[in-house]
Amino acid sequence: MEVGAVLDEKVFYLDRALLKQYADASGDQNPIHQNEEFAVSVGLPNVIAHGMLTMALVGKYVSDFAGGAANVLEYSARFIKPVIVPAGEKVDLTVTATVSEVSDDTVALSLTATSAGVKVLGMAKAVVRK
Amino acid sequence: MLNPDSVGSTFAGTELITVSQSEIDAFCAVVGETDTTIAPPTFTIRITLTQFEEILTRPEIGLDWSRLVHGDQKFEIFTPVKAGDQLTCTATIESYRVAAGNEIVSVRSDLRKGAELAVSAWSTLVVRA
Repeated sequence: MEVGAVLDEKVFYLDRALLKQYADASGDQNPIHQNEEFAVSVGLPNVIAHGMLTMALVGKYVSDFAGGAANVLEYSARFIKPVIVPAGEKVDLTVTATVSEVSDDTVALSLTATSAGVKVLGMAKAVVRK
Repeated sequence: MLNPDSVGSTFAGTELITVSQSEIDAFCAVVGETDTTIAPPTFTIRITLTQFEEILTRPEIGLDWSRLVHGDQKFEIFTPVKAGDQLTCTATIESYRVAAGNEIVSVRSDLRKGAELAVSAWSTLVVRA
């Protein structure tokens, strides 16, 4: 594993049902993630995914690379753009990563996450056990 | 508005939280994780955000949770969380500023199993003007 190595891309798909499922699993029942009328009333283009759902899916990518969640030591991201989830559609979350640092025990990844071609996470990084 | 005197202070959550297998299973199902013996890396946000809401909206702190947006998030995982873990949570308000009418609060949560630090998490929360 060398610095600069590019990892395989993985595509996750989000729809309204997944947002409801995440709301129940996380306890975050904010209506901007479920109710289009409410989301629009507060100035959003449509229902948006929880930033933490996006981060959870990218976290799965990190866990898979690390050989399991037990090997994930650090994980961070900035929420720069929402993932917009219109009714009846499945929208993509496309994830790739580059190895940014390698030490004796750890590998650091610089992660990229886009939806409909728009970068949704900024400064996304993870450190995993080798 | 957040009480500026609370910046730098650490507040204890009121509950001892017991992690259940069904909570981990539900979180794993969302992301397609088949190994449910360990909580996924972001699972503890379920605990942290609930505790933040309870703590930061106390009258003496005064954050308006209804207009909150999540700015960024970081986790450091020292010990993976598993079903049956009993966790306590503290919240430390690390910084606070107002920019263009938006309140920007950085909060750290520390989840402990007994005396042992299991997960530290940093959240930037933005209360929109």
